[in-house]
Amino acid sequence: MAHFCVENLSISFGGIKAVNNVSFEVEQNKIFSIIGPNGSGKTTIFNMISGIYKPNEGGVFLENENLVGLRPDTIARKGVARTFQNIQLFGNATVMDNLMLGRHIHMKTGIMSGAFMLGRRSPAAKEEIRHREVIEHIIDFLDLQALRDLFVSNLPYGKRKLVELGRALALEPKVLLLDEPSAGMNTEEKDDLRIWIKDIQEDYKVTILLIEHDMNMVMGISDRILAINQGVKIIEGTPQEIQRNSEVIAAYLGEED
Amino acid sequence: MDMKRDYYEDVELFKSGTILVWTVVLLIFLFTLAIYLPSYNIYLLNIIMVNVILAVGLNILVGYTGQISLGHAGFFAIGAYGTSLIMIHLHFPFIAALIIAALIAAIFGFIIGLPALRLEGPYLAIATLGFGLTIMHIIGRWDIFGGRMGITAPPLDLGISGSSMSWVIQGDVKIYYLILIITVLMVIGARNMMKTRVGRAFMSIRDDDIAAEVMGVNLTIYKTMSFAVSAFYAGVAGGLYGFVVGFFDPFTFNLILSILFLVMITVGGLGSIMGAIMGAILITYLQYDLLKNVENLPYVGGLLMTVSKKWFTVIGLANFSSIALGLIMIAIVIFEPLGMFGIWIRIKKYWKTWPF
Ligand SMILES: Nc1ncnc2c1ncn2[C@@H]1O[C@H](COP(=O)(O)OP(=O)(O)OP(=O)(O)O)[C@@H](O)[C@H]1O
Ligand SMILES: [Mg+2]
Repeated sequence: MAHFCVENLSISFGGIKAVNNVSFEVEQNKIFSIIGPNGSGKTTIFNMISGIYKPNEGGVFLENENLVGLRPDTIARKGVARTFQNIQLFGNATVMDNLMLGRHIHMKTGIMSGAFMLGRRSPAAKEEIRHREVIEHIIDFLDLQALRDLFVSNLPYGKRKLVELGRALALEPKVLLLDEPSAGMNTEEKDDLRIWIKDIQEDYKVTILLIEHDMNMVMGISDRILAINQGVKIIEGTPQEIQRNSEVIAAYLGEED
Repeated sequence: MDMKRDYYEDVELFKSGTILVWTVVLLIFLFTLAIYLPSYNIYLLNIIMVNVILAVGLNILVGYTGQISLGHAGFFAIGAYGTSLIMIHLHFPFIAALIIAALIAAIFGFIIGLPALRLEGPYLAIATLGFGLTIMHIIGRWDIFGGRMGITAPPLDLGISGSSMSWVIQGDVKIYYLILIITVLMVIGARNMMKTRVGRAFMSIRDDDIAAEVMGVNLTIYKTMSFAVSAFYAGVAGGLYGFVVGFFDPFTFNLILSILFLVMITVGGLGSIMGAIMGAILITYLQYDLLKNVENLPYVGGLLMTVSKKWFTVIGLANFSSIALGLIMIAIVIFEPLGMFGIWIRIKKYWKTWPF
């Protein structure tokens, strides 16, 4: 079995099948994109992978372990991190605190050791220092130095998208789910993002699932692409194969004009 | 030069020498205060510090975790009764009794936190309200709790009472020092907790519980933990309160008290330790001192009393204090949603840029 597999995944809302018997496999450290028109079920697939929705049928396998039925926080511990289509950051906290939350599963400090953080040699302080160093690499990587101590609710949209990406990276996941990361970004930001996603693939050795409407980006960086429409898989293949397929062009690419 | 950041600065208690100096000055001031203040004011300060501990703890639950509690008077009662009864019947030293009673409150907090996993907003408010009222009534029913007549706190013994190791503390001033030390410890503990992993988990639940869960925060553990920690603080506050007032009955711990605690943190500033402290100080002071002595205000005192007696009451008693308290609450919530903490931040900014 491949590194990450989705098998016969289905879910319906009020009798309507939002995702219908979708299967795919992703090799380790590859970029796998999901495309499809609005409302075709892309985000719903992510929600089932990360445990927010429980599928009616099917399985999600990371390194041969089925994630279906586990709580979202357990799935995170197994190595799945994600960003959200409509940005879900912790608005009343700073960029640093948001990123540090990404280290939650790698840290141990509890109520007692936290309360007794007295001096830099206390266990809690040592742990804070160690993990803030990890976060600083992510801050450097995504060029967020100037925003480090700002509250995220005050940041422009594009920057918030980056902070969310950084938070997911901080988890050091095996699988990273990105839901329309370039939405709302200008051309320049999109170009940067494209390079960053490529770098993430290389530096973090992570498997990336990408939902994206920007076809330049999708065709440019994906190793494989899955096209769905109305919850049903239409085709899966390399960018070249997808570009040649008339059904996809009709269902999706045509719509872009 | 080594340009590497010192990450400890991020979480350090005293970020600069100036803050350290001011903190030391403040502590010296607080520790010498008892020497030149009259006894009633010491008593008032003791009540204020008890409320500071409680408000800081309640703010962990409400301001940091985004939950609600209308039952904190219940945890407060468990602390007060627990500490005194453990000392009376088991002859434990005060500190041990206080910690045990606060832990009992924390266990109740944990239990109340369980329904909080499924309830939100108004539903959670009702559930915690039910808890607060139940505790009040159970205590009023049982003779070991002194029933409706209430109980008198035992002598405040730091050692073991009735033995050669007995060390009784007496008088408002000595109790003041004891409470001051405990308050400082509790505040530092809360501040550190909120700056580290658990505090961040609480805040993540408040801001976006789905994102929190997806980032690996176990909602069950952290929501119940927040209730337990908050109840522990209320328990400590209650344990101390018993010795400040010396006597208490079930009706001391009524619903209005729970609401007043919420007022303190809302007026002070939700989600900030400093805010909770300022709110507790202001509301306690208004309630116990200023608003009780309105009639003594020069010029306007008499007028205010007459107006309140004539127009704003159904039972014919002057109720200026409730009206004023209500108006202050409304004004703060409308004009400064961040509470007194927000005002404080603005003053600080102003002074930083002054005189430009
Ligand atoms: N919680 C829900 N309750 C009811 N219906 C839902 C729910 N979540 C998703 N759906 C429905 O499932 C379908 C797929 O939605 P989904 O958000 O997955 O689409 P999408 O492919 O991500 O679209 P977009 O490109 O607009 O983001 C839609 O018809 C949507 O209304
Ligand atoms: Mg979507």
